[in-house]
Amino acid sequence: MGVMKVYGVARYMSVARVIVCLEEVGADYQVVPVDFAVGEHKTPAHLARNPFGLIPAFEDDDLVIFESRTISKYVLRKYKSSDTDDLLRENNLTESTLVDQWLDVEAHHYDPLVFHISYNAFVLPKIGGTGDQKLIDTNLEKLKKVLEVYEAQLSKTKYLAGNFISLADLSHFPATYYFMATPYANLFDNYPHVKAWWENLMTRPSLKKAAAGMFPVA
Amino acid sequence: MGGVILYGSPISTCSARVLLCLEEVGAEYQLVPISMPTGEHKKPDHLARNPFGQIPALEDGDLVLFESRAISRYVLRKYKESGTDLLKEGNLAKSAMVDVWLEAESQQYNPAISPIVYQSLFVPKMRGGTPDQAIIDASLEKFKKVLEVYEARLSKSKYLAGDFFSFADLSHFPYTKYLMVTPYASVFESYPHVKAWWKDITSRPAFKKVSAGMLGS
Repeated sequence: MGVMKVYGVARYMSVARVIVCLEEVGADYQVVPVDFAVGEHKTPAHLARNPFGLIPAFEDDDLVIFESRTISKYVLRKYKSSDTDDLLRENNLTESTLVDQWLDVEAHHYDPLVFHISYNAFVLPKIGGTGDQKLIDTNLEKLKKVLEVYEAQLSKTKYLAGNFISLADLSHFPATYYFMATPYANLFDNYPHVKAWWENLMTRPSLKKAAAGMFPVA
Repeated sequence: MGGVILYGSPISTCSARVLLCLEEVGAEYQLVPISMPTGEHKKPDHLARNPFGQIPALEDGDLVLFESRAISRYVLRKYKESGTDLLKEGNLAKSAMVDVWLEAESQQYNPAISPIVYQSLFVPKMRGGTPDQAIIDASLEKFKKVLEVYEARLSKSKYLAGDFFSFADLSHFPYTKYLMVTPYASVFESYPHVKAWWKDITSRPAFKKVSAGMLGS
């Protein structure tokens, strides 16, 4: 059995999502770089792994898959053990669905806003670009409404899907980690349960390991 | 027992996604209409079910769910004994392939197709407005790039996740059905495997039934 391969760059938010899960389960893996600067993501070799020309892509022996949340679920399913928290809860109909629900909330409501704020306000300046302030401002306004929903939920439960941590919580890590390095980080101060949830998440070893491969935020 | 209650609308794309799953597994359910024109989706009763003020939401006893793809997974898991396994969660590789193409639908296909449908169908029909042709044209270009990927996939594989029909195929139905009601349906002519796949999946009884309740039927 070969070592699992993640094709991408660890400091990309979508790749970091997968690395968190690999670190959670303690699996052996290798990050194989994809060089966007030379258009490697558009080469036939990479398109064979991710036909949309995006990262990450993932190989586990014969299985080749793409989309970071799919790869994350695969890793967590394959290596589910009693030594780790069950981050998908697939033995429980209600709990697994609540995980899916909040993972969809992250994907459809939270990440589309926070990813672009983080990318424009933090990542682009780091790589020599200029962020779109209008987009940042628009997204910040929308984000307030979303955080109200999160505040209400996290006032009732310790984590998003219930009183157990799950992939739904961890999936928020990459965009939020960079968000906290932007001038807008103090937005979370208005949502005390959300802030507490985030600070608690960041104590998790897997997130610290994934952070070590990302742009420094300090 | 009474089955589950779905709060939504038969003409809504996201409600249709769940209705298809309910029909595929033969579940007992009740559809309670939520009136978007009167703002019912933003009132406290509905916000208690879906805090984002969207449809659908589902109630099964004490459990209340939102996000149509999560609701759909719940229905497909709960009624798996009916013999219809559209998630393949017992098989690591197959379930991963279902998830890949579900994510592709949500992250690539949907963002490209939905502005076309919104501008050319929903804006005139439901808001009495004029379509923004610039948005339609830009989205069509994006959508064609997406369809190239789907054409390549469906040239190798009968259905998206493999040689088996799955939730991944089903999830594409609602917006595609609406595209077929617009003049932009002809875009599929250039992608023969996609066109054949569409013809195949829409021959399923569940699709015909849900389609009958949607616009343009």
